[in-house]
Amino acid sequence: MTSRVKNSLLIISVAALAIFPLMVVKKPVGGPGGNQAEIFKGSDDQASAAIKAIAPEYKPWFQSLYKTPSSEIDTLLFALQAAIGAGFIGYYVGYSRGRAKQNQAKPDAKLEN
Amino acid sequence: MHIMEGFLPAGHAAAWGAASTVCVAAGLRSIAKAVKANPELKMLLGVSTAFTFVLSALKLPSVTGSCSHPTGTGLGAILFGPLAMAPVSLIVLLFQAILLAHGGVTTLGANVFSMGVVGPLAGYGIYRLTKAVGLPSNLTIFLAASLADLATYVTTATQLAIAFPDPTGGFAVSLAKFLGIFAVTQIPLAISEGLLTVLIYSFIQKYSSQELSTLGFALTGEEERI
Repeated sequence: MTSRVKNSLLIISVAALAIFPLMVVKKPVGGPGGNQAEIFKGSDDQASAAIKAIAPEYKPWFQSLYKTPSSEIDTLLFALQAAIGAGFIGYYVGYSRGRAKQNQAKPDAKLEN
Repeated sequence: MHIMEGFLPAGHAAAWGAASTVCVAAGLRSIAKAVKANPELKMLLGVSTAFTFVLSALKLPSVTGSCSHPTGTGLGAILFGPLAMAPVSLIVLLFQAILLAHGGVTTLGANVFSMGVVGPLAGYGIYRLTKAVGLPSNLTIFLAASLADLATYVTTATQLAIAFPDPTGGFAVSLAKFLGIFAVTQIPLAISEGLLTVLIYSFIQKYSSQELSTLGFALTGEEERI
């Protein structure tokens, strides 16, 4: 298997693993009183809800210092985080491919330095 | 794997904070030592950090009908050893705790411990073990990265079960409940993380073979062509 085929297979599998739940999981029926059932909520929030169920008397003793004004801003910051990471990985990929190409073109480059 | 702000009793928060502080300090020392001896490793350290930035920002849907995110710490643990990812996780978690109200300052210690300590430790251990028994290189990377991811979420569930034992069933019932929320959701995501780590590792293997050999990775004929 060439590395191109292998890499494509890896990427397709990851995409499939993300898309599959979106297609299979059905939105649960809303509760009485027109409550909309929610789907694909964060597991962190589910855990907080579970804590409230196990220990109803427990009160969080500290509040977040800063809350983003809306979920749009959340998205912005998460996208920023991913962009910083992806930007660096892109830089590394370009840099190392260029370096490899240069070494191939001048196999004795190391001797000259 | 983020325990939300204020959701750990103060004593627990302090204990996990102390444990994480020790690990972050040890991690900083191990990174400083590695980079001082071989400055060319900075690039790979940056790649490991960047990989964690990307993966921990991706909230992916899972078959349980909830969303969670991978951690990306397996790669750095394989390359730089289990301690190096503690400071890296601290950076990511601090960013999310302060700016995103995701996780929290009081739960930072517990979250660094699950993501930056236990996950990488598990990943590194599994990497060494699977390599020792002679599994193919891609499979060792896949198993190490995906099980590091899963270990982080199992740790979060355990931390919460210790802090909030079920009033009737105790620790075990609570643990089952939290594992149901975190670990089961995480299984497909851990597989994704394993696959993505294989992807980036094979690139590193191809283009950074010199740095890899500095880190003690044996070169095979395939890599020496570059």
